[in-house]
Amino acid sequence: MPDDIKAIESTLVDYAFSINTIWVLVTAALVFFMQAGFALVEAGFTRTKNTTNILFKNLMDFVIGTIVFWAIGFGVMFGSKNGFWGGMDLFMQHTYRTDMPDYAFLIFQTVFAATAATIVSGSMAERTKFNAYLIYSGVISLVIYPVSGHWAWGGGWLSQMSTPFHDFAGSSVVHMVGGMAAMVGAITLGPRLGKYDKNGKAKAIPGHSITLATLGVFILWIGWFGFNPGSQLAAAGVANAKAISLIFVTTNIAGAGGAFATMIFVWLKNKKPTLSMTLNGALAGLVAITAGCDAVTPGSALIIGILAGTLVVISVAFFDKIVKIDDPVGAISVHGICGAFGTLMVGFFSATQGLLFGHGATLLVSQLIGVASIASWALASSAILFLALKKFNGLRVEKRIEEEGLDIYEHGESAYNL
Amino acid sequence: MKKIEVVIRKSKFDEVKEALNKVDIVFFTFWDVRGVGQATEGRVYRGIAYDTSTIERILITFYCREKYMAPAIEAILESARTGEVGDGKIFISEITDAYRIRTGERGDKAMYLEGEE
Repeated sequence: MPDDIKAIESTLVDYAFSINTIWVLVTAALVFFMQAGFALVEAGFTRTKNTTNILFKNLMDFVIGTIVFWAIGFGVMFGSKNGFWGGMDLFMQHTYRTDMPDYAFLIFQTVFAATAATIVSGSMAERTKFNAYLIYSGVISLVIYPVSGHWAWGGGWLSQMSTPFHDFAGSSVVHMVGGMAAMVGAITLGPRLGKYDKNGKAKAIPGHSITLATLGVFILWIGWFGFNPGSQLAAAGVANAKAISLIFVTTNIAGAGGAFATMIFVWLKNKKPTLSMTLNGALAGLVAITAGCDAVTPGSALIIGILAGTLVVISVAFFDKIVKIDDPVGAISVHGICGAFGTLMVGFFSATQGLLFGHGATLLVSQLIGVASIASWALASSAILFLALKKFNGLRVEKRIEEEGLDIYEHGESAYNL
Repeated sequence: MKKIEVVIRKSKFDEVKEALNKVDIVFFTFWDVRGVGQATEGRVYRGIAYDTSTIERILITFYCREKYMAPAIEAILESARTGEVGDGKIFISEITDAYRIRTGERGDKAMYLEGEE
């Protein structure tokens, strides 16, 4: 009889292992789909003469990221050498997980790394040399993303603090890192020709398809249902089932809150509800909830979404009109600013540790340390990268290529042959 | 023979087409055109208000015999008008010659089909 029970027990453990693996693999596929979302948003928000180029960059950052993250990045992120650097594990030879196959974990982490990488192409759109972008996308997946990822997720120093830094699915680890690299890239490049007039006044350069951009945002939203609930990394058992269900709801509500707040805000500001901005608002809410989607109530998620949707409008205007950094798709604001903001909000809204729930400011302090350190790393490392690229390879295409379009001159093919 | 060029509002295209058909102008060419003028269209893109500084219109061109001209002009004035600034303009010019490529017919004969007049 005890043998039978043992057999049943081991079968149940097997089943839990399988359920978790399926969950991680399915959500990895959803997160991969976000690549399509990014590609469409960025294509839609830019002009037809650069469409092939932006789509190509979105394809290649995933392709290159896949290979280099497997080869080196994964070891840097999840190895256990020390608190700052995971170490080298070429092509993932070691064992990392007991609750799922290592390959399930690898593919899940690969699509996350690729998400951080692909954020940058939008901010650098319509003026970046293709070969420079390929080098950038290798470096971010090889080292920039894995190092700070190790600090928060790979057992590094941020996760060893007495109150560990809480970034559940990557508002900072993924989105802010991408957003900060995007900002450095956009600054190093300078604005597109025609973005600012002689007096430095910002001009609109309307993207060629709000249809594509909208479809892209819907696809990203779907992808977020993999990104956040998938980060639970488990679905077996009541506790996990409850956790992933809560995360689905908080994620969705924050996206809705972000879009709604942006619509109202731009309606009051510009007298018209404009979709191009509201699309950014939905993404702002989704990015902001990513850090705390497991730790906040649905009500808090709505507030975080609304605040992010308001913040993104101010942030886009700030970068566009005041500091004059040309960001064609708003990635710096959506991913960088709202990523940092969302991470800090966990310190206020965490139901078990948050300041507003009577648990003091210790988590908020950890969140501040985490945001400051990850942002500094991302800014400094990408500054070195982009300045080196500018010096040794050239970062920006020639004036004539920019005027006539990167599609023809860089690739010899145009996206639309009508 | 006259060449008639008409700039009209895009929204008036179907009405003008029907009105012209009624006065036997059954063939014409048209283009989507943009012009620059006093009127502009306010737009907002990702937080930046701007105006297009261009005006979208349709340009219709057709060629007709002398006697069709007056009814055609009348039809256009009637069908393309809203009364607001920006309804468009009609330009008429003289055509010196015409050929029908299929038959080689020249001049006035090229402008109508024998037996259908």
